[in-house]
Amino acid sequence: MYSVEKIRKDFPILEREVNGQRLVYLDNAATSQKPQSVIDALTEYYGRYNANVHRGLHTLAEEATIAYERARGRVASFIGAESPNCVLFTRNTTEAINLLAYAWARRTLKAGDEIILSVMEHHSNIVPWHILADDTGVVLRFIDINEEGQLDLEQYQQLLNSRTKLVSVMHVSNVLGTINPVKDMAKAAHAVGALMLVDGAQSVPNMPVDVRDLDCDFMAFSSHKMMGPTGIGALYGKLELLDPMGPFLGGGEMIREVTLERSTWNELPWRFEAGTPNIADAVAWAPAVDYLNEVGLENIRQHEIDLTRYALHKIRGVPDVKVYGPPKAEDRGGVVAFTMGDIHPHDLGTALDQYGIAIRAGHHCAQPLHRRLGVGSTARASFYAYTTQAEVDKFVDGLIKTQEFFRRVAGRTGSAV
Amino acid sequence: MSLDALEALYKEVILDHYQNPRNTDPLPDPSVATEGVNPVCGDQVHLELLVQNGQIMGVSLHGKGCAISQSSASMMTEAVQGMELDTADGLAKAFRDYMTGIDDTPARDLGDLEVLDGVRKFPVRVKCATLGWNTLQEALKEYRAGQKSGKLVIEDGERG
Repeated sequence: MYSVEKIRKDFPILEREVNGQRLVYLDNAATSQKPQSVIDALTEYYGRYNANVHRGLHTLAEEATIAYERARGRVASFIGAESPNCVLFTRNTTEAINLLAYAWARRTLKAGDEIILSVMEHHSNIVPWHILADDTGVVLRFIDINEEGQLDLEQYQQLLNSRTKLVSVMHVSNVLGTINPVKDMAKAAHAVGALMLVDGAQSVPNMPVDVRDLDCDFMAFSSHKMMGPTGIGALYGKLELLDPMGPFLGGGEMIREVTLERSTWNELPWRFEAGTPNIADAVAWAPAVDYLNEVGLENIRQHEIDLTRYALHKIRGVPDVKVYGPPKAEDRGGVVAFTMGDIHPHDLGTALDQYGIAIRAGHHCAQPLHRRLGVGSTARASFYAYTTQAEVDKFVDGLIKTQEFFRRVAGRTGSAV
Repeated sequence: MSLDALEALYKEVILDHYQNPRNTDPLPDPSVATEGVNPVCGDQVHLELLVQNGQIMGVSLHGKGCAISQSSASMMTEAVQGMELDTADGLAKAFRDYMTGIDDTPARDLGDLEVLDGVRKFPVRVKCATLGWNTLQEALKEYRAGQKSGKLVIEDGERG
């Protein structure tokens, strides 16, 4: 039985007050809060077995190495990867995508080869490819969206051709909430001989994701959006694709042998983890995965559908609100981006903060999407496993109070907002 | 904080400037035209100045963005009308130093601009209040360098 109240007890930050009000944290698409078990794991690591991994022969080094590699195994199982060696630890989703752009695309692709992205992508799945295109002459193609914020799949089919070497799209949009049909898209990409990278930053934390079921070749995601620490993320890749790949960053840990003339590379996955890795945060990612498994991703997904449906219903009742993305909760993640009349999203964000309500306002690292939508910025509320219906009520109430506030103040001058 | 702070931030006159920005008509023959953009939050202003005999004889500004950025810029157009260039430059600096907290009290009499003092309690919004003023200083710099136009891209603020 899913109990949001029971879950909330595990997240100490949710007890916090902000501006004299109980925190209502609706910025989960930016980063999630952490359960006590994750916080404890960090303390325990630093307090009991902090040591460098894969090097020392002493007890602490061995304990740290075991915990670090155990975390890799947990993360690998969590996404259905065939082996822990398929999971390369990175700093975050952004670094994971950059890893692929540098280690694979830059060495493999040639001028005129094509990469298909979409207009809804986060900057992390656009900018690395811009850098690549500038340096190599690789051509970027973009899938457009329709009026409901879904990818134009007919256009996608038309974009695919024998020059297409990679398709890279987000699984769930951090603005529109759209869930993209990445399984079908991967199949279509493979049909023309292209590889498929899925940005799983917004899907892996919120719904069951199985990389083998999706048959994607690569997936990038971050710990911090799935209850784990910041500073650690991963690139999943199929073994047969990662194995022949040359390194990303060079340095300690990633080598087999170094002479003055040359270096040879370590095995997977360490070949891609140069230098002392982020051991503590990797170690504390494991209890986050355990927590999610315990609650159940199916349950979290259902909870978010219910909340999103409720939020969409309530927010559509607020005058002058325009919501972006698919109309049905089932078709989207727990993200609601919107604008509200003449009230700029930044002014709205400041006002809601006075009620202790944390939302995001801006372009959410998706400037091309906002340009496509014809708005400079949007406000965004995003939910997670611990978000309650009462919090959605407070949020919608906050919207109405904010409208009233601006109307009242403007009314004193005779201006209309 | 709470609602008192909100009342202190969004005073009537600020929302009035937001809703009814002043001096928006383009100048027929501006001495200098400068874009000010905060790309990370999307706020932008287009500022035109007519300079004659070392004085600002005409100001035009239009833009889009949040209430703080647009109202502060609109108030700026009224404040610097007729000012000597150095005086306007000094006012911009005094305003910015007051907003960012470098000065606890304004180095110069800010007059009506003091309605924006509520912004000081919202550090993340200071860049909104200073956009128009930084653009003014950029325009003055360009004018003095003999340029007719330019662009200022604000480098601080929300990243994404």
